[in-house]
Amino acid sequence: MSGYLSVRNLTVALQTGEPILRSVSLNVAAGQVHGLVGESGAGKSMIGKAVLGTLPRALHVISGEIWLDGVDLLKLSPAARRKQIGATAALIPQDPLTALNPSKRIGPQITRRLVDILGWSKQNAQARALELLDEVHIPNPERVMRSYPHELSGGMRQRILIASAFAAEPKLIIADEPTTALDVTVQKQILRLIAEMQSHHGTALLFVTHDLGVVSKVCDSLSVLYAGKVLEEARMHRFFMHPVHPYSAALLAATPTYTNPIDSLLPVSETVIEAVEQEVLEHDIRASR
Amino acid sequence: MIYEIRDLHLSLPDMTRKPLLGATPRIEILKGLSFDVPKGAVLGIVGGSGSGKSTLGRAMLRLLEPTGGQIKFKGIDITHMNENQLRGMRQQFQMIFQDPMSSLNPRRRVGGIIAGPLRLHGVENLPAKVNEALDMVGLPTTFARRYPHELSGGQRQRVGIARAIALRPDFILADEIVSGLDVSSQAQVLNLLADLVRELGLSLAFISHDLSVIRRLCSRVLILHKGEIVEEGETTELFESPKAAYTKELLAAIPLPDPYQKWDV
Repeated sequence: MSGYLSVRNLTVALQTGEPILRSVSLNVAAGQVHGLVGESGAGKSMIGKAVLGTLPRALHVISGEIWLDGVDLLKLSPAARRKQIGATAALIPQDPLTALNPSKRIGPQITRRLVDILGWSKQNAQARALELLDEVHIPNPERVMRSYPHELSGGMRQRILIASAFAAEPKLIIADEPTTALDVTVQKQILRLIAEMQSHHGTALLFVTHDLGVVSKVCDSLSVLYAGKVLEEARMHRFFMHPVHPYSAALLAATPTYTNPIDSLLPVSETVIEAVEQEVLEHDIRASR
Repeated sequence: MIYEIRDLHLSLPDMTRKPLLGATPRIEILKGLSFDVPKGAVLGIVGGSGSGKSTLGRAMLRLLEPTGGQIKFKGIDITHMNENQLRGMRQQFQMIFQDPMSSLNPRRRVGGIIAGPLRLHGVENLPAKVNEALDMVGLPTTFARRYPHELSGGQRQRVGIARAIALRPDFILADEIVSGLDVSSQAQVLNLLADLVRELGLSLAFISHDLSVIRRLCSRVLILHKGEIVEEGETTELFESPKAAYTKELLAAIPLPDPYQKWDV
């Protein structure tokens, strides 16, 4: 079964040939939430960037396919690819302060994409923006449209970016650590909002996070990454009840859990890391044949 | 007692509301805090962003001067000591910073970084002391020749810890020291810190927004909200029967890695 987003055997490498993503495959169906978890440097954000065509310049797609809405993005010309991505996908970024332009009011930052890329009239875009701000539970949307980013709290700014991501009714949203910068109480509100918007709009959601606690609250399925390789792909409940890969189990045991202070926060053992490194090495040898 | 803090007030000038002429209005950050840190205690200080937890830490180390109340360190009133008087005291209370990348000088080798405060306080036989500190945080002594960028996040934070313990202080303040680390290195750094506290008989204040980490490490917890203590108590008791509404809200908001947790997303 291929989903709405289907990544197949995607390999991304530095110019030196050093692989960053190693034959990554994953599917996200419409209306489903798929989590990407792993430690820093595991390549979880890079998958999102590869899909959106925003990989850093030093990185290149070596092989693989990225199917979005029935089209292989990597077979399109750069212009056609941008158009396809712009019409079907959107991003909820990590840091709401750097993602918003500090010198522009909120209103135009939401409507610009609708007007410039999708060719809406200014009035329609304006009306849609107000409707969306209301949908993400922002009180007094007219006033917020005229505000500058610095006048709003972190939670408020993240709500605006969520509204903006859903503005053009994308079929796929990539959320890259959307709550890492927020307090737990605000995080809860924002996760609740993302889940509500996602199920209301039936969007496919790719959710990048390092927090397994968050995964267990919002995802239907997940992939565990290490050094750009998918070690385990699982349905959410199965993963938390019976993690198959030893690294997954170690990651779960390392996650801080206040209800279980003794059996949580355990260091990942050297043996597990060595076994995973070996697995990655074997993959590279197979791939080079 | 390591610390006795009574009715601590601290306000800072609010530059966002500074008029063109006239006095700058002040914003009250700490609104009358009282608590003790007994010898050997590991005190967790928890709160959301803007709750005043880092300001409290900085006041305890006298990096900021309180505007009211009293701070006693080992029975000595340090509330309004000047820099000269504090210099003799500073080696007894040290700090570990949140982001090791920005708190370790990128142009100095690890050995030089750890030796810095030792030299400042006139300690002799520096190389031996540096090696000893590295050894205590579980890093090979060859790391003294390396630069911070050559180390992983967890190793860098160990260097931060080595620098703080090298002077053999009585008290260490750790401000969000694991929030930038991956879960696997988080566990290692926390275990190391717990061991050092026990071996050296240190007292520790551990500032964090992560209640799960606090529960693992701390013997007592203090919950801050908008510059006031909303709850203080022994760790197990506070986690098992939280009293303040804010504590309950904070606990309920933590997403546990358990799909059956009632969290209603």
